[in-house]
Amino acid sequence: MRPKFDLKSIPTGAYLVITVVLALLTVGLLLLLQNINERQREAQQASFQVVPLSEDVVDPAVWGQNYPYQYDNYKRTVDIQRTRYGGSEAFQRLDDDTRWRTIFHGYPFGVDYREERGHAYMLVDQRDTERVKQFKQPGACLHCHASVLPAYFQKGIEAGVPNDAAHRTEAIQKGFEIVNSMPYSVATQLVEHPITCNDCHTPETMQLRITRPGFLTGVNVLANSTDPVPHLPSIERWRAEGKKGTYDPNTMASRQEMRSFVCAQCHVEYYFKGTEKLLTYPWQNGLKVEQIEAYYNEVGWKDWTHKASGATVLKAQHPEFELWSQGVHARSGVACADCHMPYQRIGAVKVSDHHVRSPMLNINNACQTCHKFSESEMLARVTTIQDRTKILMTRAEESVVALIGDIEKAQAANAPADKLAAARDLQRKAQWRLDFIAAENSMGFHAPQEAARILAEAIDYARQGQLALAQ
Amino acid sequence: MTRQALSHPLLLALVLGLIGVLAGVGGYTFIYAKGYSYLSNDPQACANCHIMRGELDGWQKSSHHTVATCNDCHVPHAFIPKYLTKLENGYAHSRAFTFQDFHEPIEMRAQSRAIVLENCVECHREMVSPITASAGSFGHNALSAQVDCIQCHRAVGHGTLD
Repeated sequence: MRPKFDLKSIPTGAYLVITVVLALLTVGLLLLLQNINERQREAQQASFQVVPLSEDVVDPAVWGQNYPYQYDNYKRTVDIQRTRYGGSEAFQRLDDDTRWRTIFHGYPFGVDYREERGHAYMLVDQRDTERVKQFKQPGACLHCHASVLPAYFQKGIEAGVPNDAAHRTEAIQKGFEIVNSMPYSVATQLVEHPITCNDCHTPETMQLRITRPGFLTGVNVLANSTDPVPHLPSIERWRAEGKKGTYDPNTMASRQEMRSFVCAQCHVEYYFKGTEKLLTYPWQNGLKVEQIEAYYNEVGWKDWTHKASGATVLKAQHPEFELWSQGVHARSGVACADCHMPYQRIGAVKVSDHHVRSPMLNINNACQTCHKFSESEMLARVTTIQDRTKILMTRAEESVVALIGDIEKAQAANAPADKLAAARDLQRKAQWRLDFIAAENSMGFHAPQEAARILAEAIDYARQGQLALAQ
Repeated sequence: MTRQALSHPLLLALVLGLIGVLAGVGGYTFIYAKGYSYLSNDPQACANCHIMRGELDGWQKSSHHTVATCNDCHVPHAFIPKYLTKLENGYAHSRAFTFQDFHEPIEMRAQSRAIVLENCVECHREMVSPITASAGSFGHNALSAQVDCIQCHRAVGHGTLD
């Protein structure tokens, strides 16, 4: 006989235990419910507008009240970290590789050539460089080192452009032209911040936008060239539709193109044209190294006369956009921001990482969204490309230095003028190509084969120059 | 003895009450979180947690979106393995999303990958039979170790990255 189950046989203690367990389970479920609720809220609204934003708000800290995640990351551009060949520590490249003193002889870069630090330092570092302190520089430099829009706008209004929204672009263009030719020491007093939120975003909608007059003009010049740009479909479309009016990235480019164009406002090759120091992007013939060189030759541009050899030479700036344009990532539709500002997950929201930096410091988010290999494998692949580029670059530097040495000797030996002229011309060609890859901030990664081709040409032209003297 | 007799109905009522509260809260949570939708084949259910939005968007632009939904590739086709996998995945995903401790970018686990590969073969059996024949058995590990369809055909499910 089984004894009949009797509720009374359950001890009071057991009831208490069951009660506590049930209560804890309920608490757990409520916590889960609350968590689900929070995640759903996060997905619905990624930001809360606590302050109104407009063109008049320049201070990124104010924007940061509405967009705290982005602002937190933006502030991190103060971080200083070396990568294999670059990074954000301001080491002196002239000491790191003394050949550059010879190559830049007679030019401000021969006095001070420090590695760039993060975005946060762009304005203080520009004010601090010996290139600005020891040499006279124009206000045009501010185009890319400061949140300069309010200053441009103000100067444009002062010059007579009507003060209303419809004339905003016109006022900025006018102010840009005025500030370009001001002395740097005067112009820099007009600005307060390094580039901030409003340089890339429309305050009311957060939409990406192009604000820089130099790029607006430059990209229209590029669109009007015959250089194929399959990685920029909106330009190809504009060309196919008969080149009507002006190519305007703000109204014609796709969002994905804008995620590169906002960077290309500054990470490009440029020069200061004429006495008015008009900041100009040399894209009349296209984006490739020899197309830019051809343009400089057509307009008779030189950055300086080499002090030792007498050659009229060019200085490459930081042609990241140009080199990226020749690479497989651009061709595949990968934008600058995909690798340099990859999405990161914060709670349930995806936020693009505003700590702009080398993807090698953030391989997981930067590479592995597309490439299903380990971080160490991705790093090894990039390192292979960069090491190979570096080997070629060192050869190219040696070649150019050797050519400069030969020209000096030939000058001392009173060599015929035509031989010297031929050698100097080849120095210009070789040096331009070497510098195009050296000044570009990826050690060849943005377009490895193109970088190798350019360096090979640099070596060849330099050695041709030596041969021209030896004949 | 008298004290115990008096307290039993009260204690029992308390416990039953708590069970009721638990069931109510649980049921509400289940419906609020659209738990029932996970029993369906609707791809939208997979994006209930917006974390899968990118994957859903990518699938809509992929070559397979006309012929295969999430479940066709990501869970076994047979009834019992299908719901066992849903159960296990449901637990693992909810736990990971609640505690936010998963790998970024999101990756398939080895077992999930094996299921996808099995399903490639399920539909493309005739086409791939020469390959699978030489790859040995159809056991999960044997297949995924030797022939990995999505190593090359990675864009078929979630749009192109290449």
